[in-house]
Amino acid sequence: MMTASKSLKPRPSNPWRTFQNVSLGLLAWVIALAFFFPILWMIMSAFKTEDQAFTTPPIIFFQPVFDNFTRAFAKYGHALLNSLLVAFGSTLLSFLLGLPAAFSMVFYPTKRSRSTLLWFVSTKMMPPVGVIVPLYLIFKDLHLLDTVWGLTLMYTTMNMPLVIWMMHSYISEIPGEILEAAKVDGASLMQEFMKIAMPLSVPGIASTALLCLIFAWNEAFFALNLTNVDAAPLSVYISAFKTSEGLFWAQLSAAATLVILPVMVFGWSAQRQLIQGLTMGAVK
Amino acid sequence: MTAQTSTTKLNKSSGRTSRLPALLLLLPALGYLILTTQVPFIMTIYYSLFRYSLVDPFRRPFIGLENYLTLFTDPQSVPVLVNTLVLVLSVIAITVVFGAALALLFNRKFFGRNLARTLFIGPFFIMPVVTALIWKNSLLNPVFGLFGVVSRAFGFEAIDWLAQFPMLSIIMMVTWEWTPFAMLILLTSLQSLPTDQLEAARLDGVNNLQEFWYIILPHWTRAFEVVVLLEAIFILQIYGEIYIATSGGPGTATTNLPFFIFQKAFGEYSIGMASAAGVIAVILANIVTALFLRLVNRNVNVKEVK
Repeated sequence: MMTASKSLKPRPSNPWRTFQNVSLGLLAWVIALAFFFPILWMIMSAFKTEDQAFTTPPIIFFQPVFDNFTRAFAKYGHALLNSLLVAFGSTLLSFLLGLPAAFSMVFYPTKRSRSTLLWFVSTKMMPPVGVIVPLYLIFKDLHLLDTVWGLTLMYTTMNMPLVIWMMHSYISEIPGEILEAAKVDGASLMQEFMKIAMPLSVPGIASTALLCLIFAWNEAFFALNLTNVDAAPLSVYISAFKTSEGLFWAQLSAAATLVILPVMVFGWSAQRQLIQGLTMGAVK
Repeated sequence: MTAQTSTTKLNKSSGRTSRLPALLLLLPALGYLILTTQVPFIMTIYYSLFRYSLVDPFRRPFIGLENYLTLFTDPQSVPVLVNTLVLVLSVIAITVVFGAALALLFNRKFFGRNLARTLFIGPFFIMPVVTALIWKNSLLNPVFGLFGVVSRAFGFEAIDWLAQFPMLSIIMMVTWEWTPFAMLILLTSLQSLPTDQLEAARLDGVNNLQEFWYIILPHWTRAFEVVVLLEAIFILQIYGEIYIATSGGPGTATTNLPFFIFQKAFGEYSIGMASAAGVIAVILANIVTALFLRLVNRNVNVKEVK
């Protein structure tokens, strides 16, 4: 995504233009650093002692300590496990249900395929607050409140439309001839799906799964309202610090750093897919 | 349909007599989503017509549209609707303008451009709950927050942002998260601008301002639509930031629709009222979604069956 202006010849240079270029480059860096600074500041706090973390004036140079991380691990281990279970479980379930649906709509389209696909997309846009009340009551009756299973089911609802949408566009790229040939060779529907469509869409599956994991990992609304202690994922554990007013800030920073680091790394590496997934392909 | 078997797109379905297996592949996903989105939403509509409280769950009189009437007239809930719109509209306005300026800036060649871009979009990936904690504790706190430290260093009084300017604080937070998103989409769109078009314009002696006004802005129309609609959908649902940073307060200063629903349902156990607010939230979201789907529909790649 970084190549567009490559072949465009720059306007002829003169001292004024050079000055302009340098200062605008500097401005871009200043803004980038300003936006990143709060994150960096938190990561730095994770390596401070609790006292150092909120001394005024703030300390910039210090001897890094690592206790916060070991303590955070001990305390958040359970939440980390919940987050991993829910994120991977819901992603898997989203694919189990969504992938066949996408495959079916690409290769066996009907008059209603387009509207069905758009309907799937529209469920992704449905605000959770529109369904939370009955869901809460149903979950209570079914004893799904505060269970990893219950949260997994809701995150599947959240991510499956994305899987269907993304995989629909990836599978659409598979040339029809390949399947025609398979049919001529007498391949069954199941064989077409398992032996052709699946292997050819592995890259698409990987990047879509990454998006699902990120969304499930960062989600807070369902988590805060449907879990409490046993099934609480990281977002809920971190929220428990909302009234601490700087108390345990260093330790919290360590936990938060561990929480955001994987998402930042994956997010940075999958920017393009992220935009595609979020915009449902509306911007190329 | 069988006449044009040589080309790719239309004929993936040819030669198949039964549609049943294909339908079986589709049904589980369809059923699951109907069960977890449409059915609960219908229940939400149903509950919204009753005075239904979990405190006294067995007495729930049918009251028609009274919950909605209360929602739109009660001095407690009118600010909620206003807050929701203020938050959505101001964040959209700010992020679109900033995002556009920054997309132009980050599209220029400068030293370490990729790294600068990468750092800049960082805030977009942060868990919203963590965003709120960072802002609340290390930036906005009047005692040890950095904003306070800086203003004291320049001889000003430190501002207690969340108490004095609660809505502005939330807007700043959400803007920090969503400006990178607007920038990324506008930058992506900018990079698909045909270079020969710019080349030709420059040969004709077009200056930077004209280039922006006559080439870039029209090219951005669709990207602007996408940014505005998607941000509307997501910012209508903002919850974690408010839950952590202000709990909707002080008073109702930062209570938006999602937080109001949370308070009504799980704070006051008034299921009827929360449901009515939920229906309003869905209607708002659906208006935006309908507009967005029209955009998506234009380049959706579904083979038409004649």
